[in-house]
Amino acid sequence: MKILATLQNNDIAPRFDLATEILIASIVRGKISGEPRTVLLPGPGSDALCSLIIKEEVSLVICGGIEESHFQYLVWKKIEVIDRVIGPAPRAIELAIAKQLRPGGIVRTESTRSARL
Amino acid sequence: MENRGNENFCPDLIEILNGVPHGIALVDQDLRIIMMNRFLEALTGYSGEEVRGIYCDHVLRTGFGRNVQVFRQSLDSGVACSIEGDILGLNREKIPMRFTATPVVERTGGRQALVLVLEDIADCQKTGGKKEAGTAKGLLGHSPKMQEIFELLPVLAHTDSSVLITGETGTGKDILAEAVHLASRRSKYPFIKVNCGALPESLLESELFGHVRGAFTGAHADKHGMFQLAQGGTIFLTEIGDLPLPLQVKLLTVLDDREFFPLGSQKKVRVDVRLITGTHRDLKQLVEVGRFREDLFFRLNVLRVHLPPLRERDGDVRLLIDYFLQMFAASFKKNVKKLSSRALRLLGGYRYPGNVRELRNIIEYGVNICRGEVIDIEHLPPYVLADAGTPPRTAAEAVAPGSPLSGGPDEELPDNAVSWSSIEKRKILTALMQTGGSRTGAAKALGWGRTTLWRKMREYDLG
Repeated sequence: MKILATLQNNDIAPRFDLATEILIASIVRGKISGEPRTVLLPGPGSDALCSLIIKEEVSLVICGGIEESHFQYLVWKKIEVIDRVIGPAPRAIELAIAKQLRPGGIVRTESTRSARL
Repeated sequence: MENRGNENFCPDLIEILNGVPHGIALVDQDLRIIMMNRFLEALTGYSGEEVRGIYCDHVLRTGFGRNVQVFRQSLDSGVACSIEGDILGLNREKIPMRFTATPVVERTGGRQALVLVLEDIADCQKTGGKKEAGTAKGLLGHSPKMQEIFELLPVLAHTDSSVLITGETGTGKDILAEAVHLASRRSKYPFIKVNCGALPESLLESELFGHVRGAFTGAHADKHGMFQLAQGGTIFLTEIGDLPLPLQVKLLTVLDDREFFPLGSQKKVRVDVRLITGTHRDLKQLVEVGRFREDLFFRLNVLRVHLPPLRERDGDVRLLIDYFLQMFAASFKKNVKKLSSRALRLLGGYRYPGNVRELRNIIEYGVNICRGEVIDIEHLPPYVLADAGTPPRTAAEAVAPGSPLSGGPDEELPDNAVSWSSIEKRKILTALMQTGGSRTGAAKALGWGRTTLWRKMREYDLG
């Protein structure tokens, strides 16, 4: 299966419709296989990103805010969407693989967590 | 008068900001959240505590990006500024906002911060802003049945009693609930919608009532539930018939006492929220089979509104066609001006099992496909054409043998069908048979979403 996360620097992009970069990870037997791929998009746009998601045969999308119509479209295409996620994309993917990521989840790295404590 | 503890943002200040019916956030020099008021918590779905230290654009989901130049200029110059943009709300809805940024400086320490006030300007942006006759914030209709609803709306709005909205899928239960909220004295406060059928019981309880840190694995911080986020406003629980029994008890307690314990908390939370519920199910029947508590049913069923299916709304189909045609033509920047007489006749005779939502989708399809100015029948979805020739209005008429255009799911409607549900059940079975059991294919043929098909299959015990 493939997991796609929208990117802004190293974090999940706050908005699906404004994302210009994505991270695609291939998962084999519950582990990331190879190096995740970063793809620069020609420009922002929900429709183009949805098409890319279908074309790449992605199974799970991790993103920030997404409009209801595009969310429903992806769900209709049998693609799981975990939205309103905040935090570093690689860690979010790890949590998603471990089934520990839920919509609205705030992902904190160890450094930020200890900084808060 | 002694000024105590002004080096910190004290709870009293937060309480004051919680009383303001606009989103308010305090951000630091790097535009990271320091605190936000309850209204903004409701808009974003995050509690102020859990997002402290996070960049505001991630939390607010604005279209500005991280380095909002005007906000930075405001910080540098010390002069307030105002800018229009939008955010993506908790309900995945794009909300136009006016952002007002005001720099503030700490009295002791001299640290700078920015107060961001978010004002919903959706109403101002609507062209004309005039309210047409026969409408109520997105609800359209001239039919007698809809007129009854419009007449009832002010009555529903001017009370705090629970409202139960029933009606088939796609009839506009959500829109009516929001219209009631917007017409009520609570309109300046949040309107929160929760789908009771979308989440498993454990998640739903946390979603509705919140949790405290450590309540369960993964609960890293306190999180307000939707009831708290809707403080002062309205909470709309859709698909209430799917609410698990244990949560029905908790909901009943909230309705009676106006207070509850968040998950893992020993401290009661008091809320002032108006409850509106919606369902396409027959709650009375669920009560009879023991799947819904009778006491909760009576508590919810104080004011009941039934939204009629589109096939019973005389004359509204044409009104809605014109409305959606204009809307999509403007939205897609297409030059489509009207529907041909043949297409209008076809749509006038269609039964719309998906109701207004289905009609909207049909027109959206037509506007997309049509390359000229007039939408004809070949620009309509194939399943509508397949349905042609089956008169819509009465059950007796509706069971007339199927379409002259073969291939659609209505082709083999039984002659002896006596009710809409039996026709619908037969349609589902026919569609499934024609698509070799593919639910996706059947849903497409019927013009429904897969979830609608799944729900109806459950309803008719076809699963």
